[in-house]
Amino acid sequence: MYKYDVYDHQIVDERVAQYRDQVRRRLSDELTEDEFRPLRLQNGLYMQIHAYMLRIAVPYGLVSSAQMRMFAHIARKYDRGYGHFTTRQNLQFNWIKLEETPDILADLATVEMHGIQTSGNCIRNITSDEYAGVAADEIIDPRPYAEILRQWSTFHPEFAYLPRKFKIAINGAAEDRAAIAVHDIGLSVLKNEQGEIGFRVLVGGGTARTPIIGSEICDFLPWQHMLTYIESIMRVYNQYGRRDNMYKSRIKILVKAIGIEEFKRQVEADWADIKNGPGTLTVEELNRVAAYFTAPVYETLPANDPGVALYKTENKAFANWLQRNVKPHKIPGYAVVVLSLKKTGIAPGDASAEQMDVVADLADRFSFGELRVTHKQNLVLADVKQSDLISLWKEAAEHGMASPNIGLLTDIICCPGADFCTLAFARSIPLAKMIAERFDNLDFQHDIGEIELNMSGCVNACGHNHVGHIGVIGVDKKDGGEWYQVSVGGAQGNDAAIGKIIGPSFNFQQMPEVIDRLLHVYVRERLEEELFIETVNRIGVTPFKEYVYATPINVEDTVDKDAYGFIEKPDNYTVQRKSRF
Amino acid sequence: MIIKNKAVVSDDWTILRLSENETPESVTVPVGKIIVPLKVWQAQRATLQNRAERGVWLASNERPEELKGEVEKFDVIAVDFPKFADGRGYSIAYNLRARLGYVGELRAIGDVLRDQMFYMQRVGFDAFAPRPDKNIHDALKGLTDFSETYQTSLDQKLPLFRRVKRDGIATAGSTNE
Ligand code: HEM
Ligand code: SF4
Repeated sequence: MYKYDVYDHQIVDERVAQYRDQVRRRLSDELTEDEFRPLRLQNGLYMQIHAYMLRIAVPYGLVSSAQMRMFAHIARKYDRGYGHFTTRQNLQFNWIKLEETPDILADLATVEMHGIQTSGNCIRNITSDEYAGVAADEIIDPRPYAEILRQWSTFHPEFAYLPRKFKIAINGAAEDRAAIAVHDIGLSVLKNEQGEIGFRVLVGGGTARTPIIGSEICDFLPWQHMLTYIESIMRVYNQYGRRDNMYKSRIKILVKAIGIEEFKRQVEADWADIKNGPGTLTVEELNRVAAYFTAPVYETLPANDPGVALYKTENKAFANWLQRNVKPHKIPGYAVVVLSLKKTGIAPGDASAEQMDVVADLADRFSFGELRVTHKQNLVLADVKQSDLISLWKEAAEHGMASPNIGLLTDIICCPGADFCTLAFARSIPLAKMIAERFDNLDFQHDIGEIELNMSGCVNACGHNHVGHIGVIGVDKKDGGEWYQVSVGGAQGNDAAIGKIIGPSFNFQQMPEVIDRLLHVYVRERLEEELFIETVNRIGVTPFKEYVYATPINVEDTVDKDAYGFIEKPDNYTVQRKSRF
Repeated sequence: MIIKNKAVVSDDWTILRLSENETPESVTVPVGKIIVPLKVWQAQRATLQNRAERGVWLASNERPEELKGEVEKFDVIAVDFPKFADGRGYSIAYNLRARLGYVGELRAIGDVLRDQMFYMQRVGFDAFAPRPDKNIHDALKGLTDFSETYQTSLDQKLPLFRRVKRDGIATAGSTNE
């Protein structure tokens, strides 16, 4: 993976010093909270309900064992012993003290990490395919380009105060695992007929209040032009994106308002004099960065390990895990292993300091010291020898990270919701937990098969609800209660689609039954081998809607059993909405 | 006092802002060194351009191209930041310098604060009028927060990768495990 040179170190160290002084000025009231807010946000520090939350950038999801150990250290020293992996492949700590943040960032800098531009109206951490470099369907490894973009976007002077946040995703495989269609800019690396490398560029995709699939602005942009072309997109957006209404300020609204043709015309007009200019990428720079992402030295191994084949027949739990959590690797004898952070009873994506140390250890012993964070909030060991799978499984299971549920119903994507987030209309973590408990039965989950259940606590849609096969979103009914709207038919990847809302909202207690009814329709209607999403696409939303609303869902208004630990009285729970961030 | 060329210096320009009942056509521009709004310049160009000292300022929603072909007439062009979070001024400055060829004093006015000035200087501002309630000597420190930058902008025509020899994996002493 990429390693900082003296320049990277210097820039990040100077950032820590700058931020330390900003915190000092805030604490001495030289800076007002309004002046300080964008500064702390651009270092990843949010104000939440209980405390500050610090978001740490994990560039394109790649993390070394040393970095993971540093996360564990931070969790112990500055937080409550755990952290939360997010759908944007980052890590968040939820219980942070402002005074300690400069020290945390200084600690992080020692392992080449930071919180730069993980929040605020700037270019955010670049996300990519969690299987980059090992995926069998990879055309071009996107990571060198992601790293070059990371450097280019870091402290870009012109684009630090955009109308709104800006997210770029990049994918280099046949299957899109980076959700490029719902990003402000989505890049796919490809080869043209002449064998030249370039990008298909999408612009103006997004979820949140206005879910929309990105439009193609360029079908083949030669790689040398990546930075200058994006610079022009940014410049047009910075000048013409709306600033009067924050809900209409994303680039998608601008692209929609003037149309992709006109937007493209403006971008190309701006680009004319910088195209081929000094911002053009050089072969030397690409090669320098790409050299950090070459494949590790693999051993020559038999394609299938006999020990694994045997053990699989003896141990049902191991066999389940193999089936769900182990993915094929392009090198014979190796496998890609997903460590599940979705154990029932745990908030999706949470990992304890102890688990972080364990995975760092597993990475060192079994996967060349590297890990990846997935957009589904799990961790991946990308280069595991098949002959190590049994020991790895045992250790992962001992530490609660071998739930064989990857891609299944309980592999829920979930935002922090009202337990942490000041914008929430409803809780999402306790709901995820309640649904996971209801459908904990593994045979049932295997029978249902691959399905994506994505949940957000409000219209901002951090939990990717619009692109979930089943999407759940907290809505505001002005009565202070918790209400959820449900959609079906959303999808990410090559067939990205926005789900359709099935009807009026449900309360917290009704939700597991709603999910149950949706699954019932699927089981009733499915053809052999058909996945949930395929059934929805074939029969449409109506049968689901009809069945869910056919009879009332009566739930006893039971007192929720302290679902997440610190909301003591959920029965008279009202959602706290304070100021933004 | 303003910051100019990285030093605190005295300043004798006055910025003219229209009050509600004034119009660009009718407002009287006082004699002396006045930085007038773009609209006033456009309405009163015939007389203003005969003055010895000329200054104009752009609001964040105004287009720099409106000054196309006449930027060299000004001793100072200012760009207003109504709120520091309104980042349009950065692109305005870039365009004034890079596209319209302006080489004179380019001044940031309005909600100008220490922590944005490093970026402002990179896109072509060489003068800053920090908000009056802030300590100007403190603000000056904002110009030196960083000693290196990755990307091209106005101050730096070459990106880091064309300017220096960056260590690659072989010379960095790290092995490719
Ligand atoms: C207190 C915590 C958080 C706050 C206050 C917050 C705030 C927001 C807001 C306001 C939006 C809507 C932006 C827009 O429409 O322009 C949004 C979108 C989003 N956030 Fe968060 N968020 C939080 C945590 C998270 C977490 C933990 C994740 C990842 C698990 C996340 C990932 C996203 C994503 C993926 C979007 C979606 C859509 C898009 O960018 O188009 N956010 N967030
Ligand atoms: S979706 Fe809403 S509730 Fe959930 S984290 Fe985002 S802003 Fe908060």
